[in-house]
Amino acid sequence: MSTPTLIPAVEVQEDFRARAHKALDDTQLRNNFRSAMDSLMTKRATSFSDAHEREHLRGLGNAVRARALSKLPDLLEQLESNLTRNGVNVHWAETVDEANGIVLSIIRAHEARQVIKGKSMVSEEMEMNHFLEARDIECLESDMGEYIVQLDHEKPSHIIMPAIHKNAGQVASLFHDKLGVEYTKDVDQLIQIGRKVLRQKFFEADIGVSGVNFAVAETGTLLLVENEGNGRMSTTVPPVHIAVTGIEKVVENLRDVVPLLSLLTRSALGQPITTYVNMISGPRKPHELDGPQEVHLVLLDNGRSQAFADSELRQTLNCIRCGACMNHCPVYTRIGGHAYGEVYPGPIGKIITPHMVGLAKVPDHPSASSLCGACGEVCPVKIPIPALLRRLREENVKAPDSPYPVMRGQGSKYSPKERFIWNAWAWLNSSPRLYRLFGFLATRLRALTPRNVGPWTQNHSAPKPAARSLHDLAREHLDRQGDR
Amino acid sequence: MSAKENILAKLRKSLTGTTPVADNYNVELVTQTYRYAPEERIPQLRKLMEAVHTEIHLTSGENWPALLAQLLRDRQLPSLLIAPTTPHGQKITQFWANNPDLPALKAYDRPVEEWKAELFNDTPASLTGTLGAIAATGSLILWPTREEPRLMSLVPPVHFALLKASEIRDNFYEVQQEFEWAQGMPTNALLVSGPSKTADIEQVLAYGAHGPKDLVVLILEDQ
Repeated sequence: MSTPTLIPAVEVQEDFRARAHKALDDTQLRNNFRSAMDSLMTKRATSFSDAHEREHLRGLGNAVRARALSKLPDLLEQLESNLTRNGVNVHWAETVDEANGIVLSIIRAHEARQVIKGKSMVSEEMEMNHFLEARDIECLESDMGEYIVQLDHEKPSHIIMPAIHKNAGQVASLFHDKLGVEYTKDVDQLIQIGRKVLRQKFFEADIGVSGVNFAVAETGTLLLVENEGNGRMSTTVPPVHIAVTGIEKVVENLRDVVPLLSLLTRSALGQPITTYVNMISGPRKPHELDGPQEVHLVLLDNGRSQAFADSELRQTLNCIRCGACMNHCPVYTRIGGHAYGEVYPGPIGKIITPHMVGLAKVPDHPSASSLCGACGEVCPVKIPIPALLRRLREENVKAPDSPYPVMRGQGSKYSPKERFIWNAWAWLNSSPRLYRLFGFLATRLRALTPRNVGPWTQNHSAPKPAARSLHDLAREHLDRQGDR
Repeated sequence: MSAKENILAKLRKSLTGTTPVADNYNVELVTQTYRYAPEERIPQLRKLMEAVHTEIHLTSGENWPALLAQLLRDRQLPSLLIAPTTPHGQKITQFWANNPDLPALKAYDRPVEEWKAELFNDTPASLTGTLGAIAATGSLILWPTREEPRLMSLVPPVHFALLKASEIRDNFYEVQQEFEWAQGMPTNALLVSGPSKTADIEQVLAYGAHGPKDLVVLILEDQ
């Protein structure tokens, strides 16, 4: 009776599993990630040396984000009205196609040919580079990591450190092959090569594109953090600046960015602050001598309003994109960012991607986790990532006729057989007579349990019921004590 | 319906029957551990900024032009970009007038479009003022203006910044409150905490990514 099929078999889609296996077999990749993640974890721990301070600050960060989300529609309108007053053009897009269309129409209006991009994960969601290149518009990444990744026709493998999967030797070969420079593994020299190429591109670009870290409703300010200066270059040198961001990035007040900024840079890189904190509140004023003549902000939904609709899943939108969850994730560290096959990898990717692309497209995301809890523990805005993963596992197996539609692509792993078995299991455990009969049979017929139990026995010994049940032993123990 | 109307309608529907989360912002959490005695501010700022390769010199309102001239000569910089109408721009113009054979001064006095190539290719260093600094994070506060535009602190490979010791504040929160930032932000406000850097290749820290390779701060102790 202790039927092994009671344990639901995880049906990992072939391509995800294949990608994960490939990554696990790649020693170089694993070394690159292991050493990078170890170093990022140490840096974060050092910068939060006072646990008391850290926990209070996380509490404040969570409260600030929760407050912003609790008035999100009003704050978005306030943001738009203040930005408009400051001279910024605000656009709204429900889908990535709409967002790309808006960007393209701005580019076309200026007859622009060259776009230089600061780092922006939302533009990755939009696949903006690809979209613009298909329309014969050069769209070049200027963050060093993003530039390396783009040069090699890859996607970022980490949201903060896009090229973390490569070592210096691999970058050296790439630069040598693609840029025709002399092979050097010296990181300083490699960065200077990138600087030289990209300076010229900043100089020539017609349009600068950036993301946004925090959009302040109160003042109509777009705040960007970065270390390299490419964000400032992209938003200051070209005559037109287009910022693209998700609708969740808004905060109510300027003071709200104080704790979030501290949490962001310390969680991401272990730095007390980034080299540049760039606060943009408008285009060049008539008398000013530099800065873009036009500033645009594109606010993108792309599934965020779906996460927003459910008060538990809404917490996904607390995220400030620090990457600490991936740095601390035992799964991410072993398989790297590309294995996930989507824009956002790691724990945050597993809870946000289903809203963007539909759960049916990434049915393995919620289960690609050991639920160890590290991601939730380090999250600077206290997103209960493990709880949300469990919730998505439920959504994954929801019956197709469920009267509670929560998300696109829910129920793609629903199996009537599995549901029947679980119902039977529940019945068994809630009917005392039946349970006793089950216990009796399971202990007597234990010799009949199979030795091969699907995926379980790949790494574990097969489960076998004990000769006597715990109930039985406890009853005997109590009887012996005469305590009844 | 427009995208905006659709998005807002969805968000509003999701919030039906809910009340906004109360604003219980605890100021102590962002200020308490970041308060310094006046004599601690320079050492604190210095410690953090030097840790990220910023060069710091202590000088005075009287002596800084001479120190700057010396630093330019030491680095063999052929010219310096200044904001001619600012008080420090005027001071340096005056000092240069009295001391021949110093590196050439360039004035940022026309729209960038008129001299973009020169700014990018032939402007090795610049001098700007600051609005002050933040001891807690080791950051300079810059509010670029018409007189002292944005690109001055970004494009030239060496950036010299003047900082009055009396204008070093404790933390970012205090700065926002004291200067009432929420009442009116400039086109662009910046915190600058060192020269440009990156660790994008193998986590190895390299300076001079896209912005200045060197940041040199002259702290005027008597001001």
